[in-house]
Amino acid sequence: MKSRSIATVCTVPDGGLTTLLGLVESEPAMRLVTLTTEQEGIGVATGCWLGGTRAMIAMQSSGVGNCINALGLPTAFRAPCLMLVTMRGQWGEFNPWQVPMGQATRPALEAVGVKCFPVDKAAEVGETFAAAADLAFHSRVSAAVLVSQRVIGAKGFGQE
Amino acid sequence: MTSSATPNKIQRRPFVAELLAQRGDTLVVPGLGSPNWDIFAAGDSPEYLYSWGGMGLAVPTALGIALAQPARRVLAITGDGEMLMGIGALAVVGDQAPINLAILVLDNETFAETGKQRGLTANRVDIAVAAKGFGIGKTMTVTEQGQVGKLAELMFRTPGPVLAVAKIAITQDPWALPEKDGVAIARRFRIALGLEKA
Repeated sequence: MKSRSIATVCTVPDGGLTTLLGLVESEPAMRLVTLTTEQEGIGVATGCWLGGTRAMIAMQSSGVGNCINALGLPTAFRAPCLMLVTMRGQWGEFNPWQVPMGQATRPALEAVGVKCFPVDKAAEVGETFAAAADLAFHSRVSAAVLVSQRVIGAKGFGQE
Repeated sequence: MTSSATPNKIQRRPFVAELLAQRGDTLVVPGLGSPNWDIFAAGDSPEYLYSWGGMGLAVPTALGIALAQPARRVLAITGDGEMLMGIGALAVVGDQAPINLAILVLDNETFAETGKQRGLTANRVDIAVAAKGFGIGKTMTVTEQGQVGKLAELMFRTPGPVLAVAKIAITQDPWALPEKDGVAIARRFRIALGLEKA
């Protein structure tokens, strides 16, 4: 994030983002913007670009469903929009309520023109994020890094 | 249920025009629909970020601009329906507390654009009171055109975040449609901020 000059991270937190969000909050040069719903982050990030700084949105895959109409805004302005999505509802999911949106995340994003970068190996997260950030900010499109539960660990609620 | 007993008096076009005459170099973010036509009818400016979509995103977008441009005042002008769709954004504004952000809600208690269906603010819902609960300490409700001077003081010269609700009448105003191409709107806005070359 720092190597791509991202100054603002908007989020509705997710368990898989805990360490990252903590790092953002403790970094004086970065601002954490906590949201009530993920779609607000699309507006904030677009506004940041209009005002000359770089922002991104970090969320769980269920939050993608809250963003679909909002994603028309950066597209209309041809503003960059970078999303980091921690996936639920796929690899080893315990909670059936997470499955519908988790399975629909990528098709829903692609239906509104977001370029998706799925990643399922921890070693590839950094370079994938950098590639998605470069695409978003240089080509001014919407891009989403989809981090598999295989990387972050499936949430088991203490059950086997 | 019908609308409130006392009909709103403020005529939106002259009201917005008189307010914007005092904006200085404030950046203006109109919410989807009529606020765009109001500000365009009052005179075009590259410092106006017109929008034709994204209902509920006027305040988040204005917040992003305010965070990115701390030396510039930013004013979101939106309607009651647009504000309520994104009402959670007031919690984000209250939390971030940008001193350069002002919000004006043009409240006609109606979905005027779509056929004058009754809106949620017609009876008991009060956006200015809600804003206080979201941590936006300085608010006012305006019911007369004669209050524009006090409103301008709050919107342009009082440390933010601030929010005002203006109780406007339902009026039939001539169409005043600004640029529709988002790329062109964003580009001239960023040129005005010195972020892109003309």
